[in-house]
Amino acid sequence: MDKSNTYNDTVVRQFTIMTLVWGIVGFLVGVIIAAELRWPDLTAGISWLSYGRLRPLHTNAVIFAFGGSALFACSYYIVQRTCHVRLFAEKLAALTFWGWQLVIVLAAVTLPLGLTQGKEYAELEWPIDLLIAVIWVSYGIVFFGTIVKRRIKHIYVANWFFGAYIITVAVLHIVNSIAIPISLTKSYSAYPGVIDAMVQWWYGHNAVGFFLTAAFLGMMYYFVPKQAGRPVYSYRLSVVHFWALISIYMWAGPHHLHYTTLPDWAQSLGMAFSLILLAPSWGGMINGMMTLSGAWHKLRTDPILKFMIVSLSFYGMSTFEGPMMSIKTVNALSHYTDWTIGHVHSGALGWVAMISMGCLYALVPKLWGKERMYSTRLIDIHFWIATIGIVLYIAAMWMAGVMQGLMWRAVNADGTLTYSFMESLKQTYPFYSVRLLGGVLFLVGILIMTYNVFKTIGSGESIKAQPVPQSA
Amino acid sequence: MDMNTFRGLTTAFLILVFLGIVVWAWSSRRKADFDEAAQLPLEDEEHENGKGGLVK
Repeated sequence: MDKSNTYNDTVVRQFTIMTLVWGIVGFLVGVIIAAELRWPDLTAGISWLSYGRLRPLHTNAVIFAFGGSALFACSYYIVQRTCHVRLFAEKLAALTFWGWQLVIVLAAVTLPLGLTQGKEYAELEWPIDLLIAVIWVSYGIVFFGTIVKRRIKHIYVANWFFGAYIITVAVLHIVNSIAIPISLTKSYSAYPGVIDAMVQWWYGHNAVGFFLTAAFLGMMYYFVPKQAGRPVYSYRLSVVHFWALISIYMWAGPHHLHYTTLPDWAQSLGMAFSLILLAPSWGGMINGMMTLSGAWHKLRTDPILKFMIVSLSFYGMSTFEGPMMSIKTVNALSHYTDWTIGHVHSGALGWVAMISMGCLYALVPKLWGKERMYSTRLIDIHFWIATIGIVLYIAAMWMAGVMQGLMWRAVNADGTLTYSFMESLKQTYPFYSVRLLGGVLFLVGILIMTYNVFKTIGSGESIKAQPVPQSA
Repeated sequence: MDMNTFRGLTTAFLILVFLGIVVWAWSSRRKADFDEAAQLPLEDEEHENGKGGLVK
């Protein structure tokens, strides 16, 4: 068969495998730093393994290596299937794979060495930033080129979400990374003081809004209907909540800078937009959940659907919690405490990781020409271990966070602080132990998944390229 | 124009754009297209059953 009449699944398979590899690495580093918080002397003073060096490695690995690879895989798969056309510019697509892996390796080397721009989720130094910009623009060319040569009139809603994510991340990354290099490994931000902080959190919150939300909603809009065997609950709602979500997310960044030197009006603006954001977020959550209406019984037998629906539940929870935490009076209690860490992980583990795992379980058999995953039982076991892990993790961090906030603000009758910081830290240790246990369970989950995936791939016949439908 | 009048008008304009999107999405003329589009993820199963896809 002519190659152009088949789909390019090679790059999808490559990114799928690397999603698992980087997932294991990223979760493992997370477990190590969780243990370091519990036992601060754990790594015997080796600077490369200190918390401050490994923490950015953990965040970069889980967001950009694990999450990013899952997004590359699913967006390349979905855009071909919903456009009925083979991927555009395949050499560029291969470049995005190898280039992205190179970025991750460079991150894994430079961050433990302490080479950093010091901006959260944008730590990588300027030569790596340039490489990311080149890869991301190539990604855009491949994705939008495929959309342009599509053979379906309508652009399916999942592609709108992926498109918004690709464009926005390019803009965010390039603007936030503008820096003045003074050597190969050191640069300074082009922005001064509080402007730098505002640019950083405009970037940072939209990394959450577009990388970790819009793009994974794109995944959701394809795989939830597919797995449920019925079209999305309301296509109209998907269109309206798409435009509302991408317009409002842009303005929510200042809530990361409450009670700082950022002008008060900007803080209030960020809070107002964060509150409004509840509506389009829940639009997506409700749309995904309701896709199952009339097919709820499938949850009993299909653990892949369980992954997807639980991920939507966590998405709904964390997008309720986020607006609430952006309220300045609530933020006065929650900011700088472990409540924030709990909030982030209910989104990152509960939503991002669970939807990715669900989608990969649906995708892997299709990519390797199998009927189904090697073991449905193991998917179910993974689901429960991961869910219990998340609940332990976020419940521990909620309790730790509220306790810290209350202890830090407690004052005696004469106006002095009731507790020293050290006292609040000592009280936090039991919660750090529970969090570590939650993280270990989540890591065990992806190890089970990896075993299951390799047994699926390794059994049976070789892969045939799948044909593009040739309808009249 | 006074800056604050301009800001007010911008807000009003954006509300109208949003309402426009809602009206557009819920108009009965879009329904057939949206119903067709919503079938796209379910399609390869359909294709195996011999039904064709949608072509530009």
